Amino acid sequence: MSTKQAILDRIRKHLPQATELPALDLPAITFPDPVAQFSEVLASVGGSCLSVAEDLAQAVRTLPCFASARQIVCQVEGLPLGNKNLSEIADPHDLNDVDLAIMPGDFAVAENGAVWVSDRSVRHRAIYFLAQHLVLVVARAHVIDNLHQAYARLEFAERGYGLFISGPSKTADIEQSLVIGAHGPRSLTVLVVGGL
Amino acid sequence: MSATEITVDHPQRAKAFVHNDSRAHWHDQALWFVRVKRDRMAQSLPEWEQLRAKASQIKTHTISRLADYLEQFEREATKRGAVVHWAADAAEHNEIVLRLLREHGVKKVAKSKSMLTEECHLNPFLERHGIEVIDTDLGEWIVQLRHETPSHIVLPAIHIKKEEVGALFHERLGTDAGATDPKYLAEAARQKLREVFLSAEAGITGVNFAVAETGGIVVCTNEGNADLGTALPKLHIACLGLEKLIPRAADLGVFLRLLARSATGQPITSYSSHFHGPAPGGELHIVLVDNGRSNILGSDDYRRSLHCIRCGACMNTCPVYRRSGGHSYGATVPGPIGSILNPARDLQKYAKLPSACSLCASCTDVCPVKINLHEQLLTLRRDVARAGHLSRGKRFMMRSASFVFRRPRLYSALGKFGRWSLRWLPRFMIYGPWNPWGKQRDLPPPPRRSFRDEFRRRQA
Repeated sequence: MSTKQAILDRIRKHLPQATELPALDLPAITFPDPVAQFSEVLASVGGSCLSVAEDLAQAVRTLPCFASARQIVCQVEGLPLGNKNLSEIADPHDLNDVDLAIMPGDFAVAENGAVWVSDRSVRHRAIYFLAQHLVLVVARAHVIDNLHQAYARLEFAERGYGLFISGPSKTADIEQSLVIGAHGPRSLTVLVVGGL
Repeated sequence: MSATEITVDHPQRAKAFVHNDSRAHWHDQALWFVRVKRDRMAQSLPEWEQLRAKASQIKTHTISRLADYLEQFEREATKRGAVVHWAADAAEHNEIVLRLLREHGVKKVAKSKSMLTEECHLNPFLERHGIEVIDTDLGEWIVQLRHETPSHIVLPAIHIKKEEVGALFHERLGTDAGATDPKYLAEAARQKLREVFLSAEAGITGVNFAVAETGGIVVCTNEGNADLGTALPKLHIACLGLEKLIPRAADLGVFLRLLARSATGQPITSYSSHFHGPAPGGELHIVLVDNGRSNILGSDDYRRSLHCIRCGACMNTCPVYRRSGGHSYGATVPGPIGSILNPARDLQKYAKLPSACSLCASCTDVCPVKINLHEQLLTLRRDVARAGHLSRGKRFMMRSASFVFRRPRLYSALGKFGRWSLRWLPRFMIYGPWNPWGKQRDLPPPPRRSFRDEFRRRQA
């Protein structure tokens, strides 16, 4: 008998009384101003959030992480600020010298300062982690209240990779002292674009 | 460390830790700090208790249909291009991982935190077979460089001081002698581990949640090491304990809201990564591991321990864990949940762990999936006694107590004698090897009269 069958048999032999799958009908927190809440939580986890009403390119140019960057990947449509094209790079190892990545985020979650990004039309997922600094661009209309709303938007029908990013890479493994910039980006800036 | 130990002697192991009073106190405070952060997060959500209840119901349901969900998970994961392997125990798990690495000609692996691979002792096994494994979570790497095991499931290096990390890095990485600044030390680790990420030929990760409905796995880190370790090489091996299943992707909304808030007092981890199938051109292998879990499933008393999402909140709050250190438990998972999971698997070896508990129930209060930890610990003590694993001294004490408690007059007389002794007998007669409770503390001052006397007096 295969290991799989043996495990399944053992489980079936031991199964307790079946219970119903509970409905996900929880009341969940909402905020009068989700962008303000998102901004506050993001700051508390070491990131920063800026509202951009009009000129996105100008807003990016004024960021300190842009001023010092030499190798820039920019995947945000209509924003010609990159000088390294992700789709022209065959091996993700070659992204190790990227100083700044400017990427689109699908939506942002106010309760925990997280932005959902994915590898859809992003050839190398490593870019989110190899870049020294990361800027994510999210539409104001796509800032939602809580994680339940987030999963109502997400579908995982096909293969793919996606993640919530909440703040820069960090560690507190040495005496619980927070250090920003563990392995991944040393900073995370989220630009919330568009009017109300 | 504990592989050869027949019985893990928690009090004996804790002795050395407790001996260093200032350090034990520091450890206690460091964990209490995390507990306080957790409280702040829990209180910031009005629906917190409803979330816990929901999480518990989802887990109860999942376990009641676990075999179906495992099959569904395999089907969906396969559909999305992953390969699912089944391992009955640690040995089979290790063999599968080794075979996969060999098939791909891998000599160097970047591993992210996985308590399951610790449980299976994967690192030493792979090293014996000529494969270099580097733990890339900073805490786990520190512990690995010190040839130790993690002392906490979320904060693996919580028992180590920055001076010790400084000395270790000075010796191994050539950092400045005497450097203790966490920022400087973490930067040195970043540089060194970046080289590892760029040169590793495979990435091994654990799994926080596996979704039956979509065949996806979710991995949560703050450092981004699981993602970095798997985004560069072609091969990703994910090691999955079969209790990590949840039915629907939407259930993640419940569990991810609870996990980091309970674990470290963060609203969510920096990275919560959802893998559905391999990266383009890569391979994703998921090794599903039983290793005793299906047997715990058969126990009405301990089944609920399989709800555990490994947040570590019960450790952070436990007065015994905080004051005795994770290594005193002699097991991969220490603390209250470890004192259930380990004896539930091997009662004799871990017979002493259920007694490393004051039954204060703080663990039960903070558990995000509502495991009745302290009740299970009490039940385990009964099982330990019934199986005859109590020491002779303890057996004698229990029998004597039972004898006395069944005789009210004798009980009352002994109470009187006890109160009198504590007041009038010299110290050396009260404190000695026969009184382990008084080893490091004084007994409380005796009350003037018994509860019964006091009650009668007030009634009159």
